[in-house]
Amino acid sequence: MGELIDDLLDGQHRALARVITKIENRSPGYRDLVRELHQHTGDADVVGITGSPGAGKSTLVDKMAATYRERGLTVGVIAIDPSSPFTGGAVLGDRIRMASNVGDMDVFFRSMSARGQLGGVSTATTDAVKALDAFGKDKIIVETVGAGQNEIDIVRTADTVAVLVPPSSGDDVQMLKAGILEIGDVFVVNKADLDGADRTVSELKEMIMMRDASPAAGTGGYHGAGTDATGHHGPDEGGTAGSDSADPDPSAEITGPGSAGTPGSTTDQGGPVETDEGEAWVPPVVQTVANTAEGVEGFLETLDDHRDFLERTGQLEAKTHKRYAEEIRRLLREDTRALLERELEAQGGIDTFVEDVMARETDPYTVADEVVQPLRDCLGESE
Amino acid sequence: MSTEQEPEQRNIRCLVAKVGLDGHDRGAHVIARAFRDAGFEVIYSGLHKAPDEIVQAAVQEDVDVLGISILSGAHNTLVPKIVEGLKEYGAFEDTLIIVGGIIPEDDRPALREAGVAEIFGPGASMQETIDFVRENAHDR
Repeated sequence: MGELIDDLLDGQHRALARVITKIENRSPGYRDLVRELHQHTGDADVVGITGSPGAGKSTLVDKMAATYRERGLTVGVIAIDPSSPFTGGAVLGDRIRMASNVGDMDVFFRSMSARGQLGGVSTATTDAVKALDAFGKDKIIVETVGAGQNEIDIVRTADTVAVLVPPSSGDDVQMLKAGILEIGDVFVVNKADLDGADRTVSELKEMIMMRDASPAAGTGGYHGAGTDATGHHGPDEGGTAGSDSADPDPSAEITGPGSAGTPGSTTDQGGPVETDEGEAWVPPVVQTVANTAEGVEGFLETLDDHRDFLERTGQLEAKTHKRYAEEIRRLLREDTRALLERELEAQGGIDTFVEDVMARETDPYTVADEVVQPLRDCLGESE
Repeated sequence: MSTEQEPEQRNIRCLVAKVGLDGHDRGAHVIARAFRDAGFEVIYSGLHKAPDEIVQAAVQEDVDVLGISILSGAHNTLVPKIVEGLKEYGAFEDTLIIVGGIIPEDDRPALREAGVAEIFGPGASMQETIDFVRENAHDR
């Protein structure tokens, strides 16, 4: 056990891979492993990437990893794919896109399946991130399909979350409202060389403005976005995707607080803005063409900006604090559930209770009370 | 340890690898699906991979099973290279290596010698392959 950790800390890829397997499988003793890892963590910068299927997440992650490597940084990637709830089987296909980092062991790419269990993936992801962090990876990317609560929990393990949106009709952007929009620190319109990218950018900015209406009302946010939703650029501007996060559409610019008039508060790209309550972050909308790596540099700079913002404002610490609190709560939930599961078995198993409930001899609430009773007794709580 | 009540959730992980220059991946796709439906976690490498890439994937993904599909006839060169790479990372011992494709009878002993556990040629059934994997995937 200790040996495996030593090998991991020593930089052996095999040991890292094996530790992640144990974490995924919840093998006996995995808790001890993660316990040991903890003190070696805290140095990596964790980025979450999410978005609908086909948005180009894996391709973008591949290019991100390649760019980080050019900067001399080491990279860990965890790509999570859904698994069949019926057989538990899965085809984990994200690796196919990792073509730019072939033969480079300093990009450690690991596919994980969402093994069905509620909350289980979040725990496994959090722990796998710890393993990569302890191993010494500078940048860790967590990639997942943005579909449900589970996925949202997963990307929350990240300091910065980027949401990918393919250019298309407004319908997809509308769909983003359901939960995904709130978690994005940066929005990426990938495949920006396709028709409709500008329109998607405008729509996103409009939605971000609405989302941020409460804290930054009248101070930051995008003004005028969407007034020209069709926002055509001339053909000569066809290469906007390469121009970092800049959106040349003047109708979609951000205006800072008119009263303050600080120069740094006005930006047409999103990012940090001054508000009455201090510095706030307006999620920038970045355009990329992941296939050709266009715009990826700019995207990474935006991620760094966000990281700087978090550090500068103390939000990084607050986020970390919150994350550990959530982690402890989640572990407690899982542990008590397991305890209760055992108690349930000891009291005759779920099926017996269900039959009694169906026969109207008892009811679900009474059953729950009965099963929890020993726990209550332990805590000295009287009925 | 009293907190350790969660049952272990072990899934068999497989890398289905297309190595070398042949572009025939129907077989690899079929087996990937069959493995998935058998409840395995399957990582598919994609076409035209070099032995290095396969080794990198097998090590990082920590797979129980490495299934190599070769229809180009270059198995005598490619398979030993992969085995060598796995050994370099200490991943050879507990990885079950199987080969699918067109492998002449004469070449088979050498491949087995190199560390291939089983060879599935044309006519091998999916069930046979799945059963073999279930029975032979190493305990870790």
